[in-house]
Amino acid sequence: MEIEASDFEDYDSHDEGSDVDYDDTAEEDIELSDMVNEKARRKAYEVDFNVLSLSEIVLAQVTASNHISGVLGVSLQQAGALLRAYKWNKERLIEGYMDTPQEILDQAGVVLEEAQALILKPPEGFVCSICFDDSEAGAVLGLRCGHTFCQPCYEYYLTQKIMEEGECRRIFCAESGCSVTLDEQAIANVVPQKVMERYRVLQDRAYVADNGSLRWCPAPNCENAVECRHLHSSFSIIVPTVACACGNNFCFGCGLGDHQPAPCGLVKMWQKKCADDSETANWISANTKECGKCQSTIEKNGGCNHMTCRKCKYEFCWVCMGSWLEHGTSWYNCNRFDDPESTDARDQQAKSRASLERYLHYYNRFANHEQSAKLDQDLYLKTEKKMEEMQRTSELSWIEVQFLKKAVDVLTSCRMTLRWTYAFAFYLTKSNMTELFEDNQRDLEVAVEALSELLEKPIEKEKIAELRQQVLDKAVYVDGRREVVLEDTARGLADGRWEFHTSIETKL
Amino acid sequence: MFARRLSKELKDLAMNPPAGVEVVDANDFKVWKLSLAGAPGTLYEGEKFQLEFNFGPNYPLESPQVLFVGKDVPIHPHIYSNGHICLDVLYNHWSPVQTVASICLSLQSMLSSCTSKERPPDNATYIKTARANPKHTAWAFHDDTV
Ligand SMILES: [Zn+2]
Ligand SMILES: [Zn+2]
Ligand SMILES: [Zn+2]
Ligand SMILES: [Zn+2]
Repeated sequence: MEIEASDFEDYDSHDEGSDVDYDDTAEEDIELSDMVNEKARRKAYEVDFNVLSLSEIVLAQVTASNHISGVLGVSLQQAGALLRAYKWNKERLIEGYMDTPQEILDQAGVVLEEAQALILKPPEGFVCSICFDDSEAGAVLGLRCGHTFCQPCYEYYLTQKIMEEGECRRIFCAESGCSVTLDEQAIANVVPQKVMERYRVLQDRAYVADNGSLRWCPAPNCENAVECRHLHSSFSIIVPTVACACGNNFCFGCGLGDHQPAPCGLVKMWQKKCADDSETANWISANTKECGKCQSTIEKNGGCNHMTCRKCKYEFCWVCMGSWLEHGTSWYNCNRFDDPESTDARDQQAKSRASLERYLHYYNRFANHEQSAKLDQDLYLKTEKKMEEMQRTSELSWIEVQFLKKAVDVLTSCRMTLRWTYAFAFYLTKSNMTELFEDNQRDLEVAVEALSELLEKPIEKEKIAELRQQVLDKAVYVDGRREVVLEDTARGLADGRWEFHTSIETKL
Repeated sequence: MFARRLSKELKDLAMNPPAGVEVVDANDFKVWKLSLAGAPGTLYEGEKFQLEFNFGPNYPLESPQVLFVGKDVPIHPHIYSNGHICLDVLYNHWSPVQTVASICLSLQSMLSSCTSKERPPDNATYIKTARANPKHTAWAFHDDTV
């Protein structure tokens, strides 16, 4: 427990910087704690993260602004504007401010002394240059730059910026080319409550978007953000899966659903490859040809080279595509077969077929686990009804019939992992290092299918306790196999043990 | 709210037009056509171009959609052959104090400072992919000296 406490302290002292590389700190901690308690370490495939609710996100901005306000001796509003200009990097802001305060203030559009948004009586001969109205009746507004506009125009202008353009970081004076900005208080003085609420929502969004160690949970209707302090540059060797409090597991690096063990860059490449129909096109070119006469596509399914187009009855040679009539009696072997041109065409065809077959091998397994996960869920829903029925008619408690849900959840997450192991394997260069990976993958796959099969068994009332035990045991085992796969792949990534066909780092 | 502004702009344009600018057609507050004559002593001297302004309901809070129309689109490094104009004040540097007249002046000075009549280097690809409304293009402004 002492170790955890010191971990925590270390954390806090670095809390301010988003540029701090947490890996270094974590490694030092590990060396220390290694000797004391091996188990206190997180698993190789896990990252440290924090779930923040919306109110915590709001609070974090206030806390940071308070801190800066105290350190730099500026108002809370001004501190907020400075932080926004510095993407909430407190260290960099303070450092810059110590060196060249005026430059920093100008960049953020912050003016220390003067009051913002002065309300004035329209001067003699005033014409608002937005609405061109010259009736000097209402009040006019202006900032220290002296550019004044009538109050309704100012309100319309700010409303347009906030509601239509979603602007919240810096809103300038409406005059063309004027770089004076309005602070939050000035905006609040002009716009209605509804617009101000929107402005605050936009600010919260910008806070998370600008902050490299934060990401919104992508689950629909979830308002949480997750904080993860690993550097983005490390996501080629770490797969930062995080778990939101809402139950959604997702990748902090790219926002997609959990894709361990494949790093983000690999996932991106794989998805692009699967979406590209060029592979399909390759298949077509490897397996079909067009009839030389009517251009309809012909798929070769037998070994004989004497082809007859089903549509136009044109007879031709599959090898050289020439009319069959010219082949005379040498029908058993096209004599143009050894032409350099034909040889090249054949090599090309063989190559593209081999690469396609390799892709399909991995793709089919990848797609199959996705499909199977759906079927598992369907099966579960059906079984669940049966279990409820059973619960009503037997001695079993609700908790006792819950084991299926647990098992299906394990099964689903294992299938998702397995699925990505195939994308991982597709890019992996074979070596003696990869044998262990393949063994682990196979063990997980066998275990997953065994559990899946067990769930398909018809449920008999008398044997339910027995089944429950079997299922739970199997689920624990399967989960263990998954951990082995993840642990090995994560360590391999961290140690640079894996070699991939295409450089993944550059694609990140 | 802003109809008054456009009617005043129209009056000003009629009474006090910037050099070389003429209102061709302004029957409503939605679409205006203006002509722009190349300034004397510039590469465009003697040429006349047609400009179309489309005003949205939020004008002048939102910029109008402005493009060259007709068969003569100025040959200029910031003007695409489909009439789209790469000029920051028309897009992200728009300010509601800009007017039709001030836009015409900006365009006039853009033409006048041109030293070599040529299309933007990416003209061919741009016109193939661009949407009809130039405001839907994500403009990158690099060089406003040309
Ligand atoms: Zn006004
Ligand atoms: Zn101003
Ligand atoms: Zn969530
Ligand atoms: Zn990712």
